Amino acid sequence: MDLSYSKEDLAFRDEVRAFLAEHLPEEVSSAVRSGGELTKAMMEEWHAILNTRGWLATIWPKEFGGPGWSPVQKHIFEEECCRAYAPRIVPFGLNMLGPVLIKFGSKKQQDHYLPRILDGTDWWCQGYSEPGAGSDLASLKTKAERDGEEWVINGQKTWTTLGQHADWIFCLCRTDHDVKQQAGISFILVDMATPGIEVRPIKLIEGGHEVNEVFFTDVRVPIGNLVGEENKGWTIAKFLLTHERTGIAGVGFSMQALEEVKSIARSTMRGARPLIEDPLFAARIAQAEIDLEAMKITNLRMLFKAQEQGAPGPETSLLKIKGTVINQELKDLARRALGPAATPFPGHVSEGNLMFGPADTEHNAARYFNNRKTSIFGGSNEIQRNIVTKTMLEL
Amino acid sequence: MDFNLTEDRQMLADTLGRFLGEKYPVEHRIKVAYDAPFQDPALWDQLVELGALYALAPEDAGGMGGSGFDISVVFEALGKSLCPEPVLGAMMASRIFAAAGADQETLLTGATKYAVGITEIDAPYELDQISTVATAKGDGFALSGRKSTVYGGQVADVVLVAAKHGGGLGVFAVNARDADVTGYGMMDGGGAAEVLLDDTPATLVLADASAALEDAVNAGIVALCAEAVGAMDVTHATTVDYLKQRKQFGIPIGKFQVLQHRAVDMLTEIEQARSITIKAAAELGGADASRYASMAKNMIGRAARLVGEESIQMHGGIAMTWEYAVSHYAKRLIMLDAQLGDTDYHLSQVMKGYAT
Ligand SMILES: Cc1cc2nc3c(=O)[nH]c(=O)nc-3n(C[C@H](O)[C@H](O)[C@H](O)COP(=O)(O)OP(=O)(O)OC[C@H]3O[C@@H](n4cnc5c(N)ncnc54)[C@H](O)[C@@H]3O)c2cc1C
Repeated sequence: MDLSYSKEDLAFRDEVRAFLAEHLPEEVSSAVRSGGELTKAMMEEWHAILNTRGWLATIWPKEFGGPGWSPVQKHIFEEECCRAYAPRIVPFGLNMLGPVLIKFGSKKQQDHYLPRILDGTDWWCQGYSEPGAGSDLASLKTKAERDGEEWVINGQKTWTTLGQHADWIFCLCRTDHDVKQQAGISFILVDMATPGIEVRPIKLIEGGHEVNEVFFTDVRVPIGNLVGEENKGWTIAKFLLTHERTGIAGVGFSMQALEEVKSIARSTMRGARPLIEDPLFAARIAQAEIDLEAMKITNLRMLFKAQEQGAPGPETSLLKIKGTVINQELKDLARRALGPAATPFPGHVSEGNLMFGPADTEHNAARYFNNRKTSIFGGSNEIQRNIVTKTMLEL
Repeated sequence: MDFNLTEDRQMLADTLGRFLGEKYPVEHRIKVAYDAPFQDPALWDQLVELGALYALAPEDAGGMGGSGFDISVVFEALGKSLCPEPVLGAMMASRIFAAAGADQETLLTGATKYAVGITEIDAPYELDQISTVATAKGDGFALSGRKSTVYGGQVADVVLVAAKHGGGLGVFAVNARDADVTGYGMMDGGGAAEVLLDDTPATLVLADASAALEDAVNAGIVALCAEAVGAMDVTHATTVDYLKQRKQFGIPIGKFQVLQHRAVDMLTEIEQARSITIKAAAELGGADASRYASMAKNMIGRAARLVGEESIQMHGGIAMTWEYAVSHYAKRLIMLDAQLGDTDYHLSQVMKGYAT
């Protein structure tokens, strides 16, 4: 057993570090650090910078424009991006649709859509969930009916993340009502500019706008927008859910969060000493750090296993469960460390010397609340446990 | 032994419950709690007319209550409706006036709005770290320092400020218009203020005020705990109701045993929280008041976090939305930990007695 990075890995890490130091714009990283919402322009700018270097589609095969990295390299890259407070990659085109088109799309679809994902021409969003179909995704009702050379789509999607910026949406639609639920679903690409689509914002718990409802009324799209075979969309959906998930444990983000907790606890006072010297609070931080240290290795072990097997197994569910719990705990500790200084609604007290608490903590409580989503979306932690129960424990 | 409310208190609970239920439907609450002035002035007046403030002060101070149970009855009702009105500051101010034997007519009639400034940036919870100082000036005093997250401070006419004075702590009344007051909305709705004092004129309300401040804080803790119990009851009931309504995989999600058991665990913690709040209310004003207030605030901190987080998780995405009431209940439940001492602070207070 050898836990150290190889010489090549270390060289790669230095290369990534140097690149980030030189190319990550200061105003972008400080926006990430402060925890506020990023603008569309900032996200696009960062994508473009990575694309120029060939490091944007990190999980695509080389022949489609990926960098051809090993899982360890991908891991190093993600970790370094977190250390530098780079924005998260908007995953819908790059990490979701891209791999789907590469695996299931026609040559024509690949040639048309993939370059446009890379160069930022098309912003994609994910149209899976519906009001009645969350955990039970296969019960989705949005229907697509053939009419000559077109699909006619009617129904509603919801929780569509960053749909307000999107040019395209990939949808799971019901195309056959008379079979088992999973056997009547198709994967269809829809131009958001098509008549009959309406996007309505959903305001989240902390006041931000990152999700939307998307309504479809007689939306007509070309037959050719079907990906893979008709009624085989569930296979694609499942592929997407179990596909490459190096980042699912969110280790890099938790490392960020741990640093943040420590820095707040060093600069806030309790009982005439820095909070970090309070044994009760220090013990909480230490516990979270121990969990995170173990998670780093658990994550790498599972990465390696995935590399050997060629595909990640149900263990990724463990990563998601524990990874989100650790991250949420750290966000909780950060909020507590700030204490009353976490109270103001973001934007209300941010000027000059009135800003209180350490710098960059204005969005602290908002992030804590927003982050509750991580144990709900992408298959809730309850659903992940069900998966492990069935597949690993065979109960 | 009798765990029932007296007839008077039951009546008060019912009256307040009805009033708040009618006037503060959650849509209205969400609106006023997040828009300046972060409360509803008209409803404040009506709340006062109903006697909500009189219930918080003892008879010899001109009120009609003032015991721990009077306080918990009022705040439990406020908590059920997530009422953002600045009642906490009024109640704590009332206790300080009572200790000082000062007239509090204008407080009880609601004519003057009071807030209490104890917290400072480097003294979030502990009285002995207060650094704001009072100096004699003319026939009055001048205060310098900064009071932070003064709850209700965004609308207060007068702030009662705890400041260093004569080797101990004194409480001073500062007219809000004499100080540099910046009001703001809070993460969980309602308002607070930063109060900057720079040689600001003030009048002495009470010298040697440590005991009175401690009592005001203990009463504030009973109030916050009762508020949390009210909010937890509603949150839990809403969650259980949702478990019955929401169907996935063809059945109500409440049929999934993992969710059933967690709903039971929440209920257990809420009952425990209710009990420790009753205990703290019973001890308020007595020799062990601080110890039981600390126990209550610690347990409330733990229970409220559990209920806040689990209620969101068990709802799924819907409780992540601004439109759905549970998100606001969860925010209140979690943010009130940072008021008047958090879970860890009060744990360490309880531990303090062990070594001796
Ligand atoms: C901020 C945010 C962003 C999102 N972004 C997107 C997006 O871009 N695109 C998209 O398609 N979707 C998105 N989602 C939707 C997300 O995937 C769903 O919220 C998730 O699948 C859960 O569904 P639900 O919210 O309907 O909860 P429900 O499925 O109704 O679940 C409610 C509760 O019941 C539990 N539960 C359900 N079934 C079981 C079971 N069998 N056993 C035990 N417990 C169970 C759940 O774990 C949960 O606790 C997003 C959600 C959020 C909150």
